[in-house]
Amino acid sequence: MNRLMLNRLILLLSTASAVIGIGFLLWILTTLVFKGISSTHLSTFTHDLVNGGIRNLIVGQFTMALLATLIAVPLGVMAGIYLREYSQSPKLAATLRNLSDVMMSAPSIVIGVFVYALFVDPFGGYNGWAGSIALAIMMVPIIIGTTDNMLALVPKELREAGIALGGSKHKIILQIVLRAAKVGITTGILLSFARIIGETAPLLFTSANNQFFTMDMSGQFPSLTVSIYNLATYPDAASQDLAWAASFILTVIVLIINLGGRYLTRHKH
Amino acid sequence: MGGKLFRNVSFLSATLSFFILLGIFVILFHYAQDAMHTFGWDFLRIDQWEPGEDDEGGVFGGLIPIAGTLLTTLIAMVIAVPLSMGIAIFLTEIAHKNLVKPVGVAIELLAAIPSIIYGMWGLFYFAPIIQHTFGGNGVGLLTAGIVLAIMIIPFMAAITRDAMNTTPPVLKESAYAMGATTFEVVKDIVMPYAKGGIIGSIILALGRALGETMAVAFLIGSVFKFPSKITDPTTSIPVLLANNFSEAQDLELSSMYLLALLLFVVSFIIISLAKFYFLGRGVK
Repeated sequence: MNRLMLNRLILLLSTASAVIGIGFLLWILTTLVFKGISSTHLSTFTHDLVNGGIRNLIVGQFTMALLATLIAVPLGVMAGIYLREYSQSPKLAATLRNLSDVMMSAPSIVIGVFVYALFVDPFGGYNGWAGSIALAIMMVPIIIGTTDNMLALVPKELREAGIALGGSKHKIILQIVLRAAKVGITTGILLSFARIIGETAPLLFTSANNQFFTMDMSGQFPSLTVSIYNLATYPDAASQDLAWAASFILTVIVLIINLGGRYLTRHKH
Repeated sequence: MGGKLFRNVSFLSATLSFFILLGIFVILFHYAQDAMHTFGWDFLRIDQWEPGEDDEGGVFGGLIPIAGTLLTTLIAMVIAVPLSMGIAIFLTEIAHKNLVKPVGVAIELLAAIPSIIYGMWGLFYFAPIIQHTFGGNGVGLLTAGIVLAIMIIPFMAAITRDAMNTTPPVLKESAYAMGATTFEVVKDIVMPYAKGGIIGSIILALGRALGETMAVAFLIGSVFKFPSKITDPTTSIPVLLANNFSEAQDLELSSMYLLALLLFVVSFIIISLAKFYFLGRGVK
């Protein structure tokens, strides 16, 4: 085969793989939209799981994810600040960055087992706090990564201007550097929120699930994703329809938050 | 004063990843002691998961879930690697520039869809097709592997594309000026230049496939049996944990912790390899 033919063959295969990839993904999305819309009714949003709706599940999932964000954002942003602004040893910083990336890729089910051992077993049962902690553990490394990268984009001259004005190091970081990186870090937080709100495995044996509306984090807590897993495996059509409705709404939430994050940074970089 | 406190708090936060990773290892190791002492290395060879009478003792071994995890990951990688490379080549060298952005964004959004959605879609729409084409009862190694591949393709393609995009245009233009075809440019210029990033992305996707729970949980069949053909149902470490961890007690629970420890250590090694050796900072 001559090289021009080989070239055409490879280009054809590459284009075909893009078509196959996009095709599968469109298939998944159209199924989700059709099944989701036909299974979603107004009562889906006004009833709790016990009455065939997902109101308590949406509230529960958001509550746990928001609490996780409250825990993870200060820790992640501070860690990012250390790596980019304070660390004197490039070797230590590189090691800490790599460890954070390794933690980001740790299997989510293992994080669930870890949190079970520390926050469920000793406290006498499943609870919403444990679910939030598991999600926060997944979120911290993502926020460390984006803070670190965004601080790196802040021009050195801004810091020098702060020093020239006689500002102390932490004042410069808080009032100049962080402000300059604000949009990027916010986007990172939104994207990591979108990631953890769709997590199931870390919640299975931490918060477990609850059919009823509750804001009491010390007991089993309602979860949208855990409910999807349970409902989809029930044999009756009503449960499966509710699972499709819940999946559709979850995907819409995740994609909206994602697009929102991208919209924020549309003019940057 | 305030500055010093601020600095120290930021230092403690930065070391948090280290302590959490260490904590995971220590906790899992501690709770797995019982199973380690009872079964030793035989744990890797025992193909039973039988609780004893009255929840006393019992025989638990990791062979089947370990094999299930490795086999589904293998199937997924065999499918996902060539397709992801193809998509990355398409996006960097072939696609018209008006197409690059929308297709690129679509791929990234699809990487953001929660894995449970892939699992549920696979159960209701993909498993029946596999059943119709290959026989069996629809769920099993093959179905789980294919859906796992669909799930990791966007992730792998996006990182590979970013790595390929770091190739300086001047290098590619020089090759084109010498009369090289697009394939020759990809093979001899882009691939060698982006090698580290590409291998890193494959290893990261491998780590993700090994630890994936929800997409596989719907599709692998959750049967504690060694598969004799590719369409047979079996189980994997994450799936066994997801379905049985909350009801397990004593020795069975300890065996579950041991499985979690194995999964954690293997993915730790794989991801460290990708991070420390292949992916420099900046390729993201």
